[in-house]
Amino acid sequence: MVNGRTPKIRLLNAGKSFHTSSEAAHVALAAGNLDIYEGEFVCLVGPSGCGKSTVINLMAGFEQPTEGSVMIDGKPVLKPDPDRIMIFQDYGLFPWKTALDNILFGLKCRGISKAEAKKRALAALSGVGLSAWAQRHPHELSGGMKQRVALARALAVEPSVLFMDEPFAALDAFTRLHLQDELLELRKKRKITIIFVTHDLDEAVYLGERIVLMAPNPGRFENNITIDLPYPRDRTDKHFDRYRKELFEAFDLVHKEAGRIRKEAEGIQEEGSGI
Amino acid sequence: MAEKIQKFFLPTLAVVVFLMIWQYAASHYTPDLFPGPRDVFLAILELIKVGRLWKDITISLTRFSIAYSLAVTCAIPLGLFLGRCRPCHRAIDPVVQLLRPISPIAWFPLAVLWFGIGNTPAIFIIFMAAFFPMLLATISAVRSIPAINYKVANNFGAKPALVFLGIIIPAAFPGIMTGLHIALGTAWIHLVAGEMLGADSGLGYLIIDARNFLRTDQIMAGMLLVGILGLLLNKLITAGEQFINKKWGINAQQ
Ligand SMILES: Nc1ncnc2c1ncn2[C@@H]1O[C@H](COP(=O)(O)OP(=O)(O)OP(=O)(O)O)[C@@H](O)[C@H]1O
Ligand SMILES: [Mg+2]
Repeated sequence: MVNGRTPKIRLLNAGKSFHTSSEAAHVALAAGNLDIYEGEFVCLVGPSGCGKSTVINLMAGFEQPTEGSVMIDGKPVLKPDPDRIMIFQDYGLFPWKTALDNILFGLKCRGISKAEAKKRALAALSGVGLSAWAQRHPHELSGGMKQRVALARALAVEPSVLFMDEPFAALDAFTRLHLQDELLELRKKRKITIIFVTHDLDEAVYLGERIVLMAPNPGRFENNITIDLPYPRDRTDKHFDRYRKELFEAFDLVHKEAGRIRKEAEGIQEEGSGI
Repeated sequence: MAEKIQKFFLPTLAVVVFLMIWQYAASHYTPDLFPGPRDVFLAILELIKVGRLWKDITISLTRFSIAYSLAVTCAIPLGLFLGRCRPCHRAIDPVVQLLRPISPIAWFPLAVLWFGIGNTPAIFIIFMAAFFPMLLATISAVRSIPAINYKVANNFGAKPALVFLGIIIPAAFPGIMTGLHIALGTAWIHLVAGEMLGADSGLGYLIIDARNFLRTDQIMAGMLLVGILGLLLNKLITAGEQFINKKWGINAQQ
């Protein structure tokens, strides 16, 4: 417990295995504990395949744990909930709807009256600087704009948690930096809890109040790094550099370990095939 | 400029060359055996003069519209349902795959036995020709809706009715449109067959009737008209398809 608060999101011995048709169950996430506090900005990082998406899908209710439990606000997560919106790397916008209609869809699901929904949708669009693009379809928007619309759609329903699975990974470096700043700016107004998956270590240090480092084979929580720097952060600052170094070193260990395990596994296979 | 040449000039040239080859080939035979373009053109004028052409075209188009809309209204809802219900699709698929390869024309003896001569057997055959491609296209359109659409709808708490009307229908629409296009083609091809076999009016019957009187020019006139009308229908539906694809942001290959 931090500051005597109770956690917003808790993974209690939560694990996930997939039963592929071929062989034994594949452990995507070994049973583990993780607490996330209300209003916290947590970045999940780790090598590919270490279970980052699995964790965020469990918390969002898209998947169920095969062991342990996932709790939000003290209740087990059984299915997705509009109070907790997921932002995807490939935006998840409906291509046949305009930017405005995409945002209205979320509000319509909430049963909000037409007039009120329109007002909120336009406000959300202006919040991400896209008022002029309300009537455009997703294919007429750049990747950065699409992700802004997805963000506006999520924020319009005023969720208490935002799950983001590599949301900026498909964008070019400039757009990514812009969106990072915009995300922090939006968070100033309403302090929602954000769980942010990324493979960009700089991004994690720039955004997160805490970084959860994960390791593969089997996927697990390896390390917690608290980034005790005020926003907005300065990438050229020496404290920033210190955290960056710390994270890179921790990541390097995980990375090397993963490589060693993989080599071992391959070695065993080679021996096996040699016989 | 190059665009214009490609779009208008070259196709026109192709038609002219086609007519020339036709004329050249026909010049080796008597008009009774292989009429040339001029003979066929005159035959069409004659058909207009005796007031037969419009009557046959109207009858054919009416039959076609009835059968095609009937097939579409049966196939789309069934396809939407089977596309969503995997166990139902698994259960029904063998029956569909068994019936589908049977040529609609093979149904003809039964169709005449059941419905007699007239509109109904022709409509039945066109229906059979349009139904299966439409059904299969709808099923595959629904099944290829990206899972992320459902995830998003689910996340915002969309009710089943909204998922159906707001996600499934519009997301499957371009695929359904392709189905409409394919079904239109196969149905039109079988219109002539249906009318040749079991009707006493329409373009198919016009061709059979002309054969009975050894009017080869009218046979070819009938064939040409079937082709031209098919072309126009195709143009119509392609325009509709392009409109949809543009709206949905799908890059249509021209
Ligand atoms: N539906 C599934 N069926 C079987 N195995 C799965 C499934 N989803 C994930 N896995 C496996 O679980 C492990 C973790 O996957 P996950 O997608 O969570 O990794 P990740 O950390 O998000 O990776 P990346 O950085 O590449 O997105 C992987 O080995 C993956 O192959
Ligand atoms: Mg992932």
